[in-house]
Amino acid sequence: MRVWKFGNDIDTDAIIPGRFLTIYDPAELAKHAFEGTRDAFAKEAGEGDIVVAGTNFGCGSSREHAPLALLGAGVKVVVAKSFARIFYRNAVNTGLLPLVCPEAETIRDGETVSVDIAAGFIEVDGRRLAVEPIPGFLKEIVDAGGLVAYAKDLERVETCSTE
Amino acid sequence: MPATIAEKIFSQKCGRSVRAGDVVMAPVDAAMIHDITGPLAVRVFREMGGERVYDPERIIMLFDHQVPADSIPAAENHVFMRQFADEQGIHNYDLLEGVCHQVVMEKGRAAPGEIVVGTDSHTCTYGAAGAFATGIGSTDMGFVLKFGALYFRVPESILVEVEGAFNRRVGAKDLILSLAGDIGADGATYMALEFTGKAMHDMNMAGRMTCANMAIEMGAKAGIVTPDAATWEYVTARRDIEPFDLAGDPDAEYRERRHYDVTGLAPQVAVPHNVDNVVDVTKVAGTKVDQVFIGSCTNGRYEDLAEAAEVMGNADRFADGVRVIVIPASRTEYLKALRGGLIERFVAAGALVEAPCCGPCMGGAFGLLAPGEVSLSTSNRNFRGRQGSAQASVYLSSPATAAASALYGEITDPREV
Repeated sequence: MRVWKFGNDIDTDAIIPGRFLTIYDPAELAKHAFEGTRDAFAKEAGEGDIVVAGTNFGCGSSREHAPLALLGAGVKVVVAKSFARIFYRNAVNTGLLPLVCPEAETIRDGETVSVDIAAGFIEVDGRRLAVEPIPGFLKEIVDAGGLVAYAKDLERVETCSTE
Repeated sequence: MPATIAEKIFSQKCGRSVRAGDVVMAPVDAAMIHDITGPLAVRVFREMGGERVYDPERIIMLFDHQVPADSIPAAENHVFMRQFADEQGIHNYDLLEGVCHQVVMEKGRAAPGEIVVGTDSHTCTYGAAGAFATGIGSTDMGFVLKFGALYFRVPESILVEVEGAFNRRVGAKDLILSLAGDIGADGATYMALEFTGKAMHDMNMAGRMTCANMAIEMGAKAGIVTPDAATWEYVTARRDIEPFDLAGDPDAEYRERRHYDVTGLAPQVAVPHNVDNVVDVTKVAGTKVDQVFIGSCTNGRYEDLAEAAEVMGNADRFADGVRVIVIPASRTEYLKALRGGLIERFVAAGALVEAPCCGPCMGGAFGLLAPGEVSLSTSNRNFRGRQGSAQASVYLSSPATAAASALYGEITDPREV
């Protein structure tokens, strides 16, 4: 449940470097998460730990290996002041919960966090911090547990041109 | 109702007026997958119960990140993708044609008004052809492979109006780097950049691709250059399509209108380790470089290589101690450079010319940096560890600045050469 605190503009090359992109298994990817930029993460991060960052978390490459590496490390929630677009969507799709928290920078490395999505806040060592709700249509995907689960039983989709 | 280009493209697809902020399930005209992110997309497609892709003719498959295969897992990925292409009847360009974004453009697979997605963040390059093109993850692509459509939030747009004329040896890359510095790495997150103005329209397609390519470096979902005669000339030379007008309305609702004048713009350099960390070349001139990379989806076209060769002038050797790696962005561009005598000049001067691929910008295949080494690169990202060791440094510049720097072994103002 500990917080792994990062700064602004954490890119997906930092989360998982390019030389590991032939790996697709989350547990294997997790062994190389933040390799070269924060080696302790892969060694010590555990089930339920939370990544907290500043602005523009997950910028750069569209590699879905990034959310998968975090999931493989046991991280199920990322809290940031803001997210890069593709990462945000990839996180929702793969079942990693991206939470926008305007006060993310007040959270310190190593603190303990509990998350209550339904109530719309996270609790950090006793302090309650508001998090923004997941936008409407993405919420359906989050509730389904990711886009695969959401899409599995669909035969086809109505597009805006046929609806 | 007045609309931006992005709103017009989505409205046209949906057959009704949609506005920024609307969420629509829009049909996708083309979808690009490559060797790194493609295998995951195919697995997801299967996990979603996919059996046949929605339309094999709308899927563009090619390999460019690890070609020729640099490891056994890479070779296995290629085999896996080839089998999927055969099974589904998808045309596979395989590893023969070059870097995905260059290939999509030169094969005419993106056109004004189309919605194109790709499992690569620089898919926004096709905005140079007037398409709404955006990078997506592999799971979204699995969905697209199955259904031929995807949820989009119609983005707000920032109008980027660029006037003036470039000085000698200053161009598109310097403009887009200066924009990245000005707008910031997340200044356009979730938005579309809509490029217009005299300097944009004076630019050739190669330069427009450089600009659209780096829209993502400001967080943008798309970077669309307002189509003009040059766009249509490029597109109609590649496929059968009737030109039509597509431009943002003067009274459309833009999030912001930004005006730039490139007159007097100095060559720009992004310094480690963020793309928006941009300075005039004069601020970093004299920085020693170990490697110079001229290539990538940003700057690997014939025009870029010609720009580098022009700066070389009569020089016949690159500086001692500098590894110069030149990689044309595609087979077509390679042949143009070969026939134009550029390749011979680069090789004679000491460059390593590699077959079309992502090269060092992939950060895993070859051309990697050791701790402490410095690279100057014409690609699009200088993130820590992007080209090898996290203790190495990557600077970004135009091909002109890269060539000048290769001649002197240190970052050099191309105007001074």
